[in-house]
Amino acid sequence: MPESTRNSASTTSQIRFGGVGGQGIVLAGRLLGKAAALFDGKEAVCTQTYGPEARGGASRADVIISDSPVDYPFVTDADILAVLFQEAYTRFRSRLKPGGTLIVDTGLVQPSADDENVCGLPATKIAEDLGSRLATNVVILGYLVGKTGVVSRESVEAAIRATVKKQIVDLDLKALDAGMSLAQSNGSS
Amino acid sequence: MGTNAVAAKPQADQESRIRTGNHFMLGDHACAEGALAADLDFFAGYPITPSTEIAEHLARRLPALGGRFVQMEDELGSMAAIIGASAAGARSLTATSGPGFSLMMENIGLAAMMEIPCVVADVQRASPSTGLPTMVGQSDILQARWGSHGDYGIIAYCPASPQECFDLTVRAFNAADQYRVPVFIMMDEVIGHMTERVIIPAANDLPMSHRKGPRTAPGGEPFFSFAPDEDLVPPIAHAGEGYKVHMTGLTHDERGYPALDPETHDKLINRLVDKIRLNASDIVMYDEIGVDDADTIVISFGCTARSARHAVNQARDERMKCGLLRLITVWPFPETRIRELIKRGNVKRFIVPEVNLGQLRREVERLTDLPVLRLNHAGGTMPVPDAILELIRS
Repeated sequence: MPESTRNSASTTSQIRFGGVGGQGIVLAGRLLGKAAALFDGKEAVCTQTYGPEARGGASRADVIISDSPVDYPFVTDADILAVLFQEAYTRFRSRLKPGGTLIVDTGLVQPSADDENVCGLPATKIAEDLGSRLATNVVILGYLVGKTGVVSRESVEAAIRATVKKQIVDLDLKALDAGMSLAQSNGSS
Repeated sequence: MGTNAVAAKPQADQESRIRTGNHFMLGDHACAEGALAADLDFFAGYPITPSTEIAEHLARRLPALGGRFVQMEDELGSMAAIIGASAAGARSLTATSGPGFSLMMENIGLAAMMEIPCVVADVQRASPSTGLPTMVGQSDILQARWGSHGDYGIIAYCPASPQECFDLTVRAFNAADQYRVPVFIMMDEVIGHMTERVIIPAANDLPMSHRKGPRTAPGGEPFFSFAPDEDLVPPIAHAGEGYKVHMTGLTHDERGYPALDPETHDKLINRLVDKIRLNASDIVMYDEIGVDDADTIVISFGCTARSARHAVNQARDERMKCGLLRLITVWPFPETRIRELIKRGNVKRFIVPEVNLGQLRREVERLTDLPVLRLNHAGGTMPVPDAILELIRS
């Protein structure tokens, strides 16, 4: 494991993605982690859990990004929680730190009425309008990056180019921009 | 396999075989890439969570590099196949998890007895039996040492990151060849399914060793494939090289022929154990933080070592005299180092956190009368740093 010491400093971000298998939850986590670890010069770990089903089971990805090597690889208190499924919202909402960023796909998640400061976007719908709902994960990722700046846009783009199939790159970059510009246009929430 | 797997390998593709550079890579894939970088020729396996990604990755990569990938009927066959391939000179790997590891045990004993180099990756999940297929365990650790019947020596590495999955897989192939022994990469589900930066060095910077071959030409003076050198390891001749070699799981003499008497048996089995035991100082690997002045030493391995490192660093920030001994080889167990630490007189107690009910703690207790505190979970989750820190503070 990488040498030395700490990830308790304030420069650590804990991000959790929650949804169902087939939504690209794990890929969103890996793209974010790769952007941080390979292109932003940070330390990053991505872990995922899933049920035995290939599609349709609960899926989650945790990403820890830090200026120093990451020891414990799972989210304990999320700085950012992005959920694309009602059950994921119900299960993981309590993991979000007070003041943390909550991002939901409004077409799939209905936050409870007393939940303040929810960042909602119709990510699946946006992806469909761009050509394929397969890009939903990258719309969410773009929004997350635009909202929080946890990694740079350039790094995410580099991560996408280094990861996804050639024929998907254009769609994913459009999805990234769509998510980012939406985050910047309603940046006050 | 044809007559000689090594000769059959194309030479032109070193670049694609070793993916030199920085990657953000899954632990299981890093293990597979480590095997390829170590010149893997042959993989036989039966997919099982959480090791499946190793097989998947090699199914894609290995045939394109001139190697052979075989999906077997089960884990008994997988282990038998890699023994056969290795006896023909191929660097051979299988990958599995607890239930499959159990099925491999008989043939692991055969590999130990016939001194066939081979590498087995066990990505541990919560056990026994089929347990929790998708969740972490560290409870195959004693099985790795004692799982097959009889006395024999093995080597087991315990990676704590995807980077170590790569590095230790390369090392495992070298150690298997050097000592003519089965070598285990005891991963766990957290490490196998974790994605982190992996730096793959240039081919020239990879440590590579080779098997000791016969020092006489085939057809000349008789070659005894079980006559050990001073390091207790005999040179090996492969099927197809022209030497007359006999292999059996029965007790055998230096020619490899059955010799069913107690004296030969005692001599052979002692050598199988001693070739690892007496070379332990060359094999053992560990990592330490602050053990020199520590009154409390945490001993840990695999995923749990990451939480232990966090807890120990935090405790040291709080001025507690606490250290970490992270085992990189679990077998041979670094007992010389632990005895040294005890002898210095600073240590008052050990803490052994692990995702099993105390398998490694027993090894530590064997070496000391000092208190050995436990932090155990039967599996499905790894300890958080705070749980270890609390024990350090106690």
